[in-house]
Amino acid sequence: METLWFMIVAVMVAAYVVLDGFDLGAGAIYLGAGKTSEERRKILRAIGPVWDGNEVWLLAAGGTLYFAFPLLYASSFSGFYLPLMMVLWLLMLRGIGIELRAHMENPVWVGFFDLIFCVSSVLLAIFFGAALGNVVRGVPLRADGYFFEPLWTNFRVGENAGILDWYTVLTGVIALVTLTAHGSLYVAVKTDGELNGRTRSIALWAWPLQLLLTIVGLVATTYVQPAVLDNYKRHAIGYLIPVVVFGSLGVMIFAIRKGLDKIAFVGSAFYIVGMLVGAAFALYPVVLPASTDPAYSLTIYNTAAGHHGLTVGLTWWILGMVLALGYFVLLYRMFRGKVRLEGGGY
Amino acid sequence: MDSALLVHRIHFAFTVTFHYLFPQLTMGLAPLIVVLKTLGLRHNDETYNEAARFWARIFGINFVMGVVTGIPMEFQFGTNWSHFSRFAGGVIGQSLAMEGMFAFFLESAFLGLFLYGEKRLSPRAHWWSAVAVFLGSWLSGFFIIVTDAWMQHPVGYTKALDGSVQLSSFWELVLNPWAWWQYAHNMSGAVITGAIVMASVGAFYLLWGKFEAHGRIFVRVGVVAGLIFSVLQLFPTGDGQGRLIAQNQPVTLAAMEALFVSQTGAPLVILGQPNVEERKIDNPLEVPDALSFLTYRAWKADVQGLDAFPEDAWPENVALLYYCYHIMVGLGTIFIAIMVVAALLLWRGKLFSARWMLWILLLALPFPYIANTAGWMTAELGRQPWLVYGLMRTADGFSKMVSAGNAMFTLLGFLGMYTVLGILFLFLVRREIEQGPVGEASPQH
Repeated sequence: METLWFMIVAVMVAAYVVLDGFDLGAGAIYLGAGKTSEERRKILRAIGPVWDGNEVWLLAAGGTLYFAFPLLYASSFSGFYLPLMMVLWLLMLRGIGIELRAHMENPVWVGFFDLIFCVSSVLLAIFFGAALGNVVRGVPLRADGYFFEPLWTNFRVGENAGILDWYTVLTGVIALVTLTAHGSLYVAVKTDGELNGRTRSIALWAWPLQLLLTIVGLVATTYVQPAVLDNYKRHAIGYLIPVVVFGSLGVMIFAIRKGLDKIAFVGSAFYIVGMLVGAAFALYPVVLPASTDPAYSLTIYNTAAGHHGLTVGLTWWILGMVLALGYFVLLYRMFRGKVRLEGGGY
Repeated sequence: MDSALLVHRIHFAFTVTFHYLFPQLTMGLAPLIVVLKTLGLRHNDETYNEAARFWARIFGINFVMGVVTGIPMEFQFGTNWSHFSRFAGGVIGQSLAMEGMFAFFLESAFLGLFLYGEKRLSPRAHWWSAVAVFLGSWLSGFFIIVTDAWMQHPVGYTKALDGSVQLSSFWELVLNPWAWWQYAHNMSGAVITGAIVMASVGAFYLLWGKFEAHGRIFVRVGVVAGLIFSVLQLFPTGDGQGRLIAQNQPVTLAAMEALFVSQTGAPLVILGQPNVEERKIDNPLEVPDALSFLTYRAWKADVQGLDAFPEDAWPENVALLYYCYHIMVGLGTIFIAIMVVAALLLWRGKLFSARWMLWILLLALPFPYIANTAGWMTAELGRQPWLVYGLMRTADGFSKMVSAGNAMFTLLGFLGMYTVLGILFLFLVRREIEQGPVGEASPQH
């Protein structure tokens, strides 16, 4: 049962990163790719009807995490207090950046919200990458299951590490590059003309960087947290995951060159899922490793809610998920195709 | 009081109070917009559709504010109240996760269709998108109330070996009688906010002499809804809620009424200042025996005062609790009076020319917000010193790892950010109201 909920939370997090990832990425390239006001509006139109729904995956994943693993939620949310609060502020700024921009045509007003949207998207991508880095690297958990991390100490990994050290900065940069490519490809799918060409060339330019960072990241991870290899050694099937990751990168470059935007975007989605599944596979059954003493690590077993609750939850979770997928299919079908500027909104 | 505890409490109280200024209008306007759209479909009259579109624009701005100030709420259970989350997550994790799965997905998916899809959808499909947004916002409210009601009146749980509580009965949690009374009372309060805001804007247009056709619709819908729900707010919902408190939290009732001494035939204090040090009410204006009657339906019934309980079981802030409760009840009574008079004038066909009444409706605008806020403060202050009534004290629930200084840092951050959000909100709404319901208000909308 705990394993099942671990997988459910992992799937929801992956869904969040793939979905909100493309609108974060679209925000990151927003000022660079959108040269004119029309182009910027096209980017906003491409994500406008869906970004809020995408972000709900974060709230739903957070809620499910709270429900299934209360101690993990309590410990990690209070331990990562400062960066989480900053993530909240950035999410808030980004939300109003997208939604309030269109309310006035004044260039000062529009420019202000353009800047807010772009900067908050870039910072969020980095923060989320650094957060994942922290979870892989481990945190200074105490015997009671709590910890508190300062934002940074000496930028070295080890017992006194802060939220930011060289490894988590690296994972933050990987996330930024990955989501930049992901968002560019999404905008490429949704637009045509110059904007389409420009976003495609951003993805093309990001690709070698993404390949290089993937390799560096994998090497760095095995150095920082050698335990990640244990599950792979035990279950050889795990080696399929890096095959998927590098295979997706191959598909991406092939499809970008051929101008097959949709296939490239799907490749990028597979790449993201592969990276996240790889991390989850490596950690399992640990959900937050302790840098102090491995015995203090939080696992799915010592953080899970009661058995009755988990069983009951499965029933409504399946029902809720079927409904949610239904809404999403409806929504994306409704707004399918290349964006046009006629009609209402953004 | 421990300073970290105090900062964490103010942190939550401030962010949730500011947040709830928006959802109460969202939840209150949503059904009224459905009413306007239904009238538009039924009468095939473009004025109703323009009216619905105008309120949808206000709704959209309000909704964005509700979403962005709502995200921190779900996080704060973990960031600022981690010991509480660890203790109670096995139970309330259910309702909070269900809110995400059932309400947020529904709302977020259909909001875009509702706000921007009118030209892509048929009128009937667009009507359904409005209903979906209405349902989503009301479901969201339901799951939050289930969570709060469990903290007020814990049911359906067992104690686990590690000291936490775990769910033992899902249906007891969801069918908690406290939750249903509180939900009815709260949602009726939200509709009052929606109704008074709508009537107030309508009155403004009529007094201004612009958009009068729309103004009359706003006033009519607002006054009818306001009358129905301000009565429901008192009876049965407020009465039912009050009786639950009398049965399950007698010390809270005593503090709400500032009844220091147990007595037969307890008076109902209408006005007066609680003097906690001397255990009496200063400058009291009382109705004799009325509290006994309202609580137990008998004029000479015994009502327990604060002296019947040890002082460490009292809500810590008796005076503030007393004021919040009295402000809520006082305003609720005034709303009924206003709405009855306005509805009579409407029935007689004199309301639209009765400028004095339109002025009253216009100036009523801020008061439902004050009443709803005071109501929530009554509920939450009344639960003190407990975080989960009878099970966990507030002083044991906050994040011990997060120092007062770190919590202060983020509290100041929220204060600053919410000030900016509040100014932006007022600015944009003022603009929409000034541009009015006719034509395209925002050029890009």
